[in-house]
Amino acid sequence: MIYIVGLLAVIFLAMAAVVVSRMAAVVRNVGGTEDGDDSSYTGISNKINGAMFMVFLILGGIAATWSFMHSTQYFLPEASSPHGRRTDELFWISMAIVTFSAVLTNVILFYFSYRYQARKGYKAAYYPENHKLELIWTVVPAVVMAVMVFTGWRAWRDIMSEAPQGAQEIEIVGKQFNWIVRYPGVDDNKLGNYNYKLTDNNNEVGIDYSDEKAFDDFTSTTEMHIPVGKPIALKIRARDVLHSVFIPHMRVKMDAVPGMPTRFWFTADKTTEQMKNELNNQDFTYEIACTEVCGRGHFSMRVRLIVEDEDSWKKWCAEQKPLLTSFPEYASRIPANLKAKAAKYLPADAAAPSDSTTASTQQGGAAASVSLR
Amino acid sequence: MATVETNLAPHAHVEEHEHHEPDSFWRKYIFSEDHKTIAKQYLISGIFWSIIGISMSVIFRLQLGFPDMELGFLKPILRGWINESNKLDPNFYLALVTMHGTIMVFFVLTAGLSGTFSNFLIPLQVGARDMASGFLNMLSYWFFFVASVLMFASLFLETGPAGGGWVIYPPLSALPQAHISSELGMTLWLASMALFIVSQLLGGINYITTVINLRTRGMSFSKLPLTIWAFFLTAVLGLISFPVLLSAALLLIFDRSFGTSFYLSEIYINGEALPNVGGSPILFQHLFWFLGHPEVYIVMLPALGITSEIIATNARKPIFGYRAMIASMMGIAFLAFIVWAHHMFVTGMNPFLGSIFMFLTLIIAVPSAVKAFNYITTLWRGNIRFTPGMLFSIGLVSFFISGGVTGLILGNSALDIQLHDTYFVVAHFHLVMGASSAFGLLAGVYHWFPKMFGRLMNEKLGYVHFWMTFIGIYCVFFPMHYIGIAGFPRRYYAFTSYDFTKNIFADMNSFISIAAIITFSAQFLFLFNFVYSLFRGKRSPQNPWKSNTLEWTAPINPGHGNWVGEIPAVYRWPYDYSKPGAKDDFIPQNVPYSQTPESNLPHENELIGLEKEIEAQNLNDQFKQPH
Ligand code: HEM
Ligand SMILES: [Cu+2]
Ligand SMILES: [Cu+2]
Repeated sequence: MIYIVGLLAVIFLAMAAVVVSRMAAVVRNVGGTEDGDDSSYTGISNKINGAMFMVFLILGGIAATWSFMHSTQYFLPEASSPHGRRTDELFWISMAIVTFSAVLTNVILFYFSYRYQARKGYKAAYYPENHKLELIWTVVPAVVMAVMVFTGWRAWRDIMSEAPQGAQEIEIVGKQFNWIVRYPGVDDNKLGNYNYKLTDNNNEVGIDYSDEKAFDDFTSTTEMHIPVGKPIALKIRARDVLHSVFIPHMRVKMDAVPGMPTRFWFTADKTTEQMKNELNNQDFTYEIACTEVCGRGHFSMRVRLIVEDEDSWKKWCAEQKPLLTSFPEYASRIPANLKAKAAKYLPADAAAPSDSTTASTQQGGAAASVSLR
Repeated sequence: MATVETNLAPHAHVEEHEHHEPDSFWRKYIFSEDHKTIAKQYLISGIFWSIIGISMSVIFRLQLGFPDMELGFLKPILRGWINESNKLDPNFYLALVTMHGTIMVFFVLTAGLSGTFSNFLIPLQVGARDMASGFLNMLSYWFFFVASVLMFASLFLETGPAGGGWVIYPPLSALPQAHISSELGMTLWLASMALFIVSQLLGGINYITTVINLRTRGMSFSKLPLTIWAFFLTAVLGLISFPVLLSAALLLIFDRSFGTSFYLSEIYINGEALPNVGGSPILFQHLFWFLGHPEVYIVMLPALGITSEIIATNARKPIFGYRAMIASMMGIAFLAFIVWAHHMFVTGMNPFLGSIFMFLTLIIAVPSAVKAFNYITTLWRGNIRFTPGMLFSIGLVSFFISGGVTGLILGNSALDIQLHDTYFVVAHFHLVMGASSAFGLLAGVYHWFPKMFGRLMNEKLGYVHFWMTFIGIYCVFFPMHYIGIAGFPRRYYAFTSYDFTKNIFADMNSFISIAAIITFSAQFLFLFNFVYSLFRGKRSPQNPWKSNTLEWTAPINPGHGNWVGEIPAVYRWPYDYSKPGAKDDFIPQNVPYSQTPESNLPHENELIGLEKEIEAQNLNDQFKQPH
């Protein structure tokens, strides 16, 4: 790579040198004749500048086309969600329309600059307005844009609609600097309440154990597993500062805002395995990133997203231990009337732990990650 | 002060006015109340800041383009921010990006562009002795200066300057424990911006008053050059939107220092649950973008105004659709206030609101398109002289188009889901706002340098400067579209953490960085040209571009008060270029129709009768008012 870069640098510098020397030559050769003539600007400099616009247009056009063709291989593969394919299609249609208009107008701009450069004895046209023309080029873009907006708006409306009945709820919480995924648990499949004041080093998302729905909730910080073909309703939160959930292959993005839960629903319709085969890349994995600047580690908040068929997803879920099971000391927060219901998640011998354990957990939380900011 | 030619005004009975001429060095060059001096102060400050701001982008481009590079050689400047393994510190990367954005947007393209040219051109082009209040104008600059000092000082803090992005979204910017840069650096950022806003308001009030009250005889709004229209509308935009940023900043200061919860709610950080509840970080974003979006037009409109003037002058043609240009600027100025939330489609804002803002955003594209078409038509059948100013203006139109069209994509909320906060956005706004307005600034300097300093800049150097910059900027920002489409998020210190960004576009990123370095180096041609021409440039004639506007009727080096004797009256619009029948290809605004029977259009002959009336009008001369 360094060679390519070096080469480019050399080419660039050479180009610059050529331009400079040309200009210097021009200064020397025609300096005398031009001086007398320079208010009419019909000298050689003006011609060079005019011609340069055409050169720029042609070389620039070639460079743009070539670089585009070269880059397409690195664009994200086709979206793995139906809404993503819809926006992809809209994107490329819109892109075609705007590229066409940009190219057309740039061509005209550069061509006119070249074509109408100053000529001796010529006088410009006195052409201050033409209402018909102005009307046309106000209305045409307006109509084209109206169509683009309308199709975009319909897509937006559908994407942002309420999640369908039966969507799988999953919570994702951003913190400096990783994501925490919370599942509603295999028994009730319902997310329990949370309260940010209950957050500590082990209970990272502040699960509130006075709510029985919380007992079977489990969390993961490295992987998010989702079933293929089933709508997923992401419930998005942030613990400290703004973050933004970005799942590039799913065309999903939504900010995580402290104090204001947000959401985004989507359906993944290609499993990770399918993608591996499709892309011929056995290392392929879906990923979740952060796209709202959140501090030092903003550029590395990676979580792997694994899309699998519903059975293996269920199996994976069943293998995960509820948070309550991993940290039975939280049982002390369970109100007396629900203790019985919670028993099944607690080790048989776990009496309500003393308050001091809880306190020490929180202490641990306070000490952690201070150095990370 | 009457050193050189007297003006062209028909009624030039020279009369030395006994005005308190500020004579001491301090009053003349430092605490000057003369709009021309203040303009130059803004210009020099703007150039200073642009060197700093662009150098910063070069440093972080080194990191992005050559992630493995040893940056030890920067240690003398960056000291502790280069760590033991000779790498840029990630915290400092964010600080650099933030300062780069802040400096470029506010200090270079708001103060440096609008401050320079509004100050310089408004009195000269409307025919006034000076701004409505020279004193407020001076204050405006010095507020800006103090703001600059604070911002500059923040670069040297142990904890570094502000680092949460130029949009400084809380809670990151509100909590010192969230990021090292949210300590003293953020405090200085806020203090500096508060002073900056005061400066903008003082300036804006002055611009507006001057345009409304101090136009010379005959200079009706329908005869104002488009530059003045642009500066006027820019000032209105700033006057309405900057106070909102001030309140946003004040509330943030309260949150930071006095324990309020405007933007903070339910936060657990560093092992501690903060007591704040009920605030909303989204509120800040609404307030910020209520300024932030108009701000892009505050940056753009003056550049477009300058371009209108330069393109018409150098195509030797009237600007096409003068009235449409004004109407579209007014449309833009109005719509600029009701599109701000297109920056917030995916913040969790109500999707219905998103729909509304999408429709409004795409409406604003229409007047922008009209402007582009009008520039192009102005070139059609012109007699184009490629002065450096003209080249930069044509370049501006190209950037404005190429960068503008992607706004249609980003303004479409459904498509913005994927593209928001990726390099696609960086590509879009750099072309449409960064590069365009920077070109407006450069075009303006080349064009009005003779009026500012009485000398011409070297044209050949100007050509080389243009072509290197024009090609360079496309090389820097065009490929960023590709990187954005591939999903690369912005404000990333490195792209090594994700499979979808790892190992791809490395050579593209290096190419961009090299192009950026070359483009940056090319600016030294300009600097050299600027300084050299200041002292050794060819002396300029009074009207070097054969232009119609009033500033070229003033002496080559106008003194305090601009015109010797009476201020010229104005009889016609500023775009009578290449009028059929006229012997020259330009007729300045102060030439009455009665003197040009050969070229008058039928309805203009009727205006001859009004000339007496115009001449009889109140002179509106500030120096003749009773004090
Ligand atoms: C040679 C010239 C320039 C180069 C190479 C450059 C490069 C960049 C890059 C790569 C970024 C994104 C960094 C990141 O997201 O990590 C950036 C951000 C930015 N640039 Fe520039 N830029 C240049 C000139 C300008 C100009 C003229 C403006 C004026 C509008 C400008 C305004 C901004 C702003 C507002 C940001 C966003 C800062 C933020 O994310 O908070 N830049 N620049
Ligand atoms: Cu982040
Ligand atoms: Cu905007």
